[in-house]
Parts: sequence; structure tokens; C-alpha cells
Amino acid sequence: MIGPNKQIRAARYGMTIDVDRCTGCGACMVACAVENNVPPAHAGATDRNGITWIRVYKIDNGLPYPETRSAFIPVMCQHCGNETPCVHVCPQQAVDVDPATGVVGEMPQRCLGCRYCMAACPYHARYFNWWDPAWPKGMEKTLNPDVTPRMRGVVEKCNFCHGRWHAAKQQAAAEGKPDTEPVQYLPACAEACPIKAIQFGDLNDPAGAPARAAQSGGSFRLLEKLHTDPKIYYRSKRDWVRASANAPHPFAGQHEAGKENHRG
Amino acid sequence: MRRIPSPGSTKPERRTTVDRQLIPRGVKRCSTGKFLLWILPWAALLAFGLYSAGLCLVKGLNQTNMDNRFAFGLWIFLDLTVIALGAGAFFTGFLLYILKLKELRAVINSAVVIGLVCYTGAVCVLAVDVGQPLRAWFTFWYPNVHSMLTEVTFCISCYLTVLAIEYVPIVLKNRKLRQVPSFLVFEFELHKLVYVLAGVGTFLSFFHQGSLGGLYGVLRGRPFAFREGFAVWPSTFFLFILSAAAVGPSFILLTTWLVEKISRKNLVRPEVFGLLGRISGLLLAVYVLAKTVDTLIWINRTSPEIGFPAAQYYSWQPFGTWILFAEIVLFGLVPALILLAPQLRARTGWLVAAAAMACAGVALNRFVMTVQTLALPTLSFDRYLSYFPSWQETGTFLAVVAFGVLVYSFSFRYFQLFPSERELKFGAAAVRER
Repeated sequence: MIGPNKQIRAARYGMTIDVDRCTGCGACMVACAVENNVPPAHAGATDRNGITWIRVYKIDNGLPYPETRSAFIPVMCQHCGNETPCVHVCPQQAVDVDPATGVVGEMPQRCLGCRYCMAACPYHARYFNWWDPAWPKGMEKTLNPDVTPRMRGVVEKCNFCHGRWHAAKQQAAAEGKPDTEPVQYLPACAEACPIKAIQFGDLNDPAGAPARAAQSGGSFRLLEKLHTDPKIYYRSKRDWVRASANAPHPFAGQHEAGKENHRG
Repeated sequence: MRRIPSPGSTKPERRTTVDRQLIPRGVKRCSTGKFLLWILPWAALLAFGLYSAGLCLVKGLNQTNMDNRFAFGLWIFLDLTVIALGAGAFFTGFLLYILKLKELRAVINSAVVIGLVCYTGAVCVLAVDVGQPLRAWFTFWYPNVHSMLTEVTFCISCYLTVLAIEYVPIVLKNRKLRQVPSFLVFEFELHKLVYVLAGVGTFLSFFHQGSLGGLYGVLRGRPFAFREGFAVWPSTFFLFILSAAAVGPSFILLTTWLVEKISRKNLVRPEVFGLLGRISGLLLAVYVLAKTVDTLIWINRTSPEIGFPAAQYYSWQPFGTWILFAEIVLFGLVPALILLAPQLRARTGWLVAAAAMACAGVALNRFVMTVQTLALPTLSFDRYLSYFPSWQETGTFLAVVAFGVLVYSFSFRYFQLFPSERELKFGAAAVRER
């Protein structure tokens, strides 16, 4: 535990996602669900009321074949750092921003399930438990003991794998490292991405790969114009992909990747 | 045992049922059988609604058609609407007890009952709407003072208590209950508080009506709803107060007219209808002006400044610009002008139609703020979504309607909701005798 007088070097955990690399394989979504004990979709669930902390959108440039080009944009909680929309609206402080990490956290044990935070989130990155969580017989043995499953009637979302962050903190303590320094760890999605399109780290560390990638050319953030300071940076060398992030008008013919196949 | 006629009466007292004994003196109500026939369908609707709500509570909100994008649906839209319509209670109290508009004494009891059923219904639906209703007390224990919803929760809880206290004297004035001396004393003592209650109710109502508007106006992440404002309050805060105050009297007018038609009795003097219409029209005109200015600022400054040209919101059908026209002109300006014109106001048909249009306009405004806001995507590559409520959602809301009708029906039968009724009845009888 960190003592009250210790000076903590605050981290600003964030991600860069290389859109040009992403193939839309969905490995990040699966890894995230397994890591965070997201239950298998209920038989009655659809892509609109299922739970996936990462949703991969498929976009295209709107041109006819053979000029058609596609890209995949994984969207999760963007961990807004400025006037975080969901934190401001929660009536009972079930959502907060950890000043030590910059991670927007959700406390399901305190959540009323009013869903005001979902209405407030511009990224539609928050999910409600419409059903009781249930795992097929035997599958409960695969549950991650570091992550509490959520009950019906509460909201949940990406927390940059809080269980892994906690394990990394314990590991650092065991190794005798000072507990005032940010720890290095990888969320499940970044670890599972087969082509390493997702880079994760402390954006305050200028030498770190994510910070460098975020500052490089071709980097952009979704809905940056709302000035909520999201911590997920996307990268693409293609102009039309970058333009899509802040385009005023929705593009024609765009849809979510494989929405017919997977239940989000 | 033989009944002995009371000294003052000229004819022997008839054997009466408990039902007849509870009916206030000097007014005429339908027979017990007829009354039972009236309440039976509403009771059946209430039972169906309770079953629907029970399903949502026991099986979960998967019984609704809401989803992760449509986090709010029919319930929130109708909650906001009934709370706006129920504003007649606080606003009539404010006009009567604070601004001393004595003519409104004729409708104050009815207004209190309407306010009570509107707020009770809304709170009950909210209890079904939240995923963990047993945690409702967390808002009082861990309040987030920055959240408009915290303010709404605090104010609505307090105001509902005020309405319940205001309802008690109406109940205690019942002919049978007055026979209990302690009730009479309690009612008398409670009556002394009426000015304090009116003041507290007005303060609380102003705040939560505003906060309900603020709920959407503060949503920076939803440029369709986001508005600039004054200090911590977005413009929708003030617009919701104004619109609720404007339609509150209209709804009182509408319900009183309906009760007159259904019960086939004169309950208030025509001047009271005219006064309610005039107050409503005046406030509605101010609201329409404020709403127009607000919309122009939003279209030309607020929305474009954050990169969302307002035209894009109306490119998704069925939400074309017609909805803006309907909200501001058709159901705003038109009823305001009708209510402000003395010649039109004098005709019951015009008066009632205008009041109904005003109520529809506010309902449309609440629909736009809740449903249209959520239907529009914010991410440029996201989809526009539509939503239609499930039968369980509709049933739950119908329970509120049935509950409202039942509470009002019983109150009308057994309590003196319209103090002028007896006077008007004897007046009409005197005219007939002449």
C-alpha cells in the first residue's frame, strides 16, 4: 500500500492501435472476454445488447469496386482524461479516474444500473448486463480468479485489464521495486493481437513505444473534437482512414465487422 | 334496531352502504355498481402492468427492447413527460399560495392528486428501470455532487414526500374521517403548513424540473443534446423549468375538463378554465421564444464549434427537420397564440385543443431529448439505430396510467377535489327552480 506522504509518479496508461495492421481477426475481443470473465452471450442476445469490451468496426472508403478499401477500427473505452463524460454523470460515484494511472474505473459493486453513463459516452463503449452471467457447465473452471464477474443490472467496460495491473504491482513489490513508480504490463488484447497492432504503455514516458507512436505522423484519436482527451491513439498512413475519425457525416456503406457472425 | 331521524332532517335517513357514507355531503356521485364497472378495466390494466413490471424485476431488463445504445427508452421518455405534466401541482400551489391567485383554489386539490400520481408513477417506473433498484439508497450515501441525476434523485424524493403530506389533508377532510377528532386536529395543524409546503414544493420542483433538462444538456459526448448555459446549468435546465411551468396549468385544465365530461358535472367556473389557459399561454409563449433562441444558438454556434454541423442530425429519417417544426411551431407557438387570444380562449373547444397541443409539444420535446439523442450515432462510422418498446415496457407504463386513473377516481369519489362543485350544483339547481 502506498503511504500518504510518498510522491507517486503518475502514469498515463494508453494505447496506440495501428489501423493499417489490423486485420479485424477479433483475437483482441476474445482475449479480452476470457481475461475479464465476460460471460458467453445469452441465447437471446444480439449485437446490440451483448457484452464486448472491444468492438471492431469495419469501415471502407465508400468507393465502388475495384477502388474499395477497407479498414478495421477496434473501439474500447477511450479512458478520457478531460472532463470524463461518464465520471461526471454517475450519481453515486461508481465511476472514477485513477489519478495514479489515468485509467477510468468502474465499480460494479456500487453501480445502480441507471445507465446514465452509457448515454453520456460518445464512444458507446459501455455495456450493461442485461442477463445474469452464466457459463456452460465446466467452463466456470476457466474463470480468471483475479477478476470479479459482474452481476445482472450493472454497467461494465474496459479497464485496461485491472487484474493484470494489480498482478504487476504485486510482482514489482515482490521484486523490491518502489511502489511509487508505474509498472509495466500488457492488457490481454495487446498480448493477443497476432500482428502486434496494439501497443500499450505509459504515455507519460516519452521513450516508450506507445508515446512515440502517438506522437508520430498518421496518428489520430476518435472524436478528438469533443476535447475529452482520449488515451487511445490510432495510426494510419491512409488519409481517408484518418478523416473518418472526425468526419462530420457518417460514411455510407459502413458497418461493424462480421456483425452477422459474432454477438458483441 | 330502529333508526331515529336526526333532529334537523326532514325525511328519514336511508340505509346507506359504506361507499355512500364516504361520499362528501352535497355532491352527487354515480352508483356503487357503476363506479365498480368504471374501475374494473383500470384495475385489470394495473394487474397486467404489475405483471409486466414483475417480469422486468424478476427476469431482468432483458425483457425490454433497450440495449447498449438505447440505454434509455420508453420509460425515461414517459417519466420526463409525466413529471412535466405533473408540474401543475407545484405551479398551481405557487400561484395560489405565494402569488395569491385565489381563483385557483378551485383546482388546487385536483392538482395535488395529479402531481402525486404523476410523481409516484414516475418513481415506481424508475425503480423498475434501474438494474439494481435495491441500491437506490447509494445515491444518498455516495452522492456525486457533479451529477444532475443526483440532484434529480434528491429533489424528486423530497418533493414526493411534500406531495404526500399535501395529500393527507385532502384525505382527512373526508366526511367519515372527520368524525375522528384527532384527525380533525391533525388536518387543522397540517393546514397551517400549507404555505411552507407550497414554498418548499416550488423550490424543489424548480430544481428537479431543471435538473431533468440538465441531464441531457450536460452530455458533452452527445452533441445533439449538449447545450451551453449559465454557470453549471446548461440552457436545457431553464427550458425544462419553463416548459413544465407552462404545461402544468394546461394539463390541469385538460384533466378537469375530462373529469367534467366523464362525470357530467360542472366542477369549476368557466373563468378558472380561462385563467389556467391564459397563464399557460403566457408561459408557453415565453418558452417558445427562449427555445427558438436556444435552438438558433445551438445550430449556429454550439454544435458546429465541436465539429458537428446541426444539419447532420436531421439527415436520419424519420427525424427530419419536421420534428423541430412540430415541436416549436405546431405544438408550441400555435397553442400559445390560441391560449393568448381572448376570443379563442372563451370557446371551450379551442381552449381544450390548445391545452392538449401544449401538452403534446412538451411530450415531443422530451421524446427528442431522450430518444432522438440516443438514436443518433456520434462516431462517424457508427450506425443510426431505431428502437421500439417491448410489451413488458409498454405494460409497465400502462400500470402507471391505470394507477393514476384509479387513485384519481377514488379521490374524486370520496374527497372534495373541487370545492366549487357543491356551490355550482346548488347554483344550477336554483336556476332550474326559477
